[in-house]
Amino acid sequence: MNRKVLIPIASIIVFIGFVLLKLDWDGADRTHELWEALEVTAGGFLTLMIFSFLYKDNAFYKFAEHLYVGISAAYWMCVGFWSNLAQQAIPHLSQSLSEALGQPFLGYIWHYWIPVALGLILLTRLLPESMKIGWISKWTLAFIVASTAGLFITANLQANFIAQIASTMSLPLLPDWTGFGDFLSNFDLSYEGQFVKMFSNWVIIIGVISGLVYFFFSKEHTGWFGRVSRLGIWVLMVTFGAAFGYTVMGRVSLLVGRLTFLFRDWAGVIG
Amino acid sequence: MKRTIPILITFITGGIIVLAEFIPPWAILREHVLIYFQIIAVFAFFLGGGSLLKINCQKVVRKREDWQFAIVTLVGFFIMLALGLFKMGNPEMVDLGFAADLNASGSWFKNVFDAVKAPLSASMYSLLAFFIASASYRAFRAKNSDATVLLVSAFIILLGQTFVGVVSTGWMPEWMSFFKVENLSLWLLAKANLAGQRAILIGIALGIISMSLRVILGIERTHLSGGDE
Repeated sequence: MNRKVLIPIASIIVFIGFVLLKLDWDGADRTHELWEALEVTAGGFLTLMIFSFLYKDNAFYKFAEHLYVGISAAYWMCVGFWSNLAQQAIPHLSQSLSEALGQPFLGYIWHYWIPVALGLILLTRLLPESMKIGWISKWTLAFIVASTAGLFITANLQANFIAQIASTMSLPLLPDWTGFGDFLSNFDLSYEGQFVKMFSNWVIIIGVISGLVYFFFSKEHTGWFGRVSRLGIWVLMVTFGAAFGYTVMGRVSLLVGRLTFLFRDWAGVIG
Repeated sequence: MKRTIPILITFITGGIIVLAEFIPPWAILREHVLIYFQIIAVFAFFLGGGSLLKINCQKVVRKREDWQFAIVTLVGFFIMLALGLFKMGNPEMVDLGFAADLNASGSWFKNVFDAVKAPLSASMYSLLAFFIASASYRAFRAKNSDATVLLVSAFIILLGQTFVGVVSTGWMPEWMSFFKVENLSLWLLAKANLAGQRAILIGIALGIISMSLRVILGIERTHLSGGDE
């Protein structure tokens, strides 16, 4: 028999075997038990299929990858349809349709046809190119880009520009300051201590300014400006190092989660 | 007409949203635009799904390389779509009809999500742990002062999360607890990292604001180019 046929058939047989092994035959709710067995077995198989990429690109990985794409696309379509279209648009557009979808009619708002029309216009991109109507979808694209731009201007101005500068500049340079004598007599390097607080605030203020200096390209980075810019690079390097370390931690904890699932829930070799 | 109308739409929509921030009676317009946005996003999802369908169907019909896997995509897509759009196998359908919760416990949609999508997502991302290890090997070389700073900060943060790191500096007295690895790691994340993050955020904000203004004023038109103009 052809290898391309044999491998999928063998995989299906092994999969069914694992499902049967996982089934709790004494369980009261047979349907629930079957779903649980299927869930754990499918989870284990798919995890191994993805990990098989570590050896090399292969048919099992491609299967899992393609399945992921198909399932994800449909998942987001369904979530979008039920949570946005069915709950936000249709209850304001059609009483009969909203009742058919099990949603209460919330009163007619005529201008909700605008996004629906723009949405339908967007779908013209799917029509064959020979119809030469796809260009109309740029109207929707223009609306999306413009509304994003409009919202971003004010949101970024407030949250990422003014608020960040205000938070930086409102940091006290001498926190909890009661005098030089007190400072020296209570001096320590504990994490919650006054010196560390003061040092942290200085690091943040100088770090933000030097980081911004590095991003200022209208002046040549030489002399004192260059030295501040150099400090800015170091601050950014610390940030990138922190981001890298944090990402590594996140990925490793995900890996640990998958391995725990494989060895505990699926294979049952650890308690 | 093909260029003018989109530019006009961009200018009017963007202008209204920005002005609405400063004219209180217009604030409702912003709320409506946000809802419009969410509704259009659903059609964008449909566009994505339709495009996926089109490409994979073409792949199967023309028997291009790996066309068999396109069938897997299509089967997964249609099964999930049927389960989600028609709420098939949803236990709440009996009492509530289509008002049933899409992710109701025991629904087939949720079961397929838990059995297929959730493990695939987690495995895909956890796979990156291996590639990040090889990236670390390349990045963690103290070739110059910049690379050394990056190396040291990442190393301290990673060390601070491990048992060895905590034990190695556990002997330090409280008055110098700042130098305990777990505290240094925390400090790097919460303070030193914050400085760089803020500088980047302020830079990004300025970039986004200027770019958004260019788009609204019609100076930047790249999003309207391409396709059958």
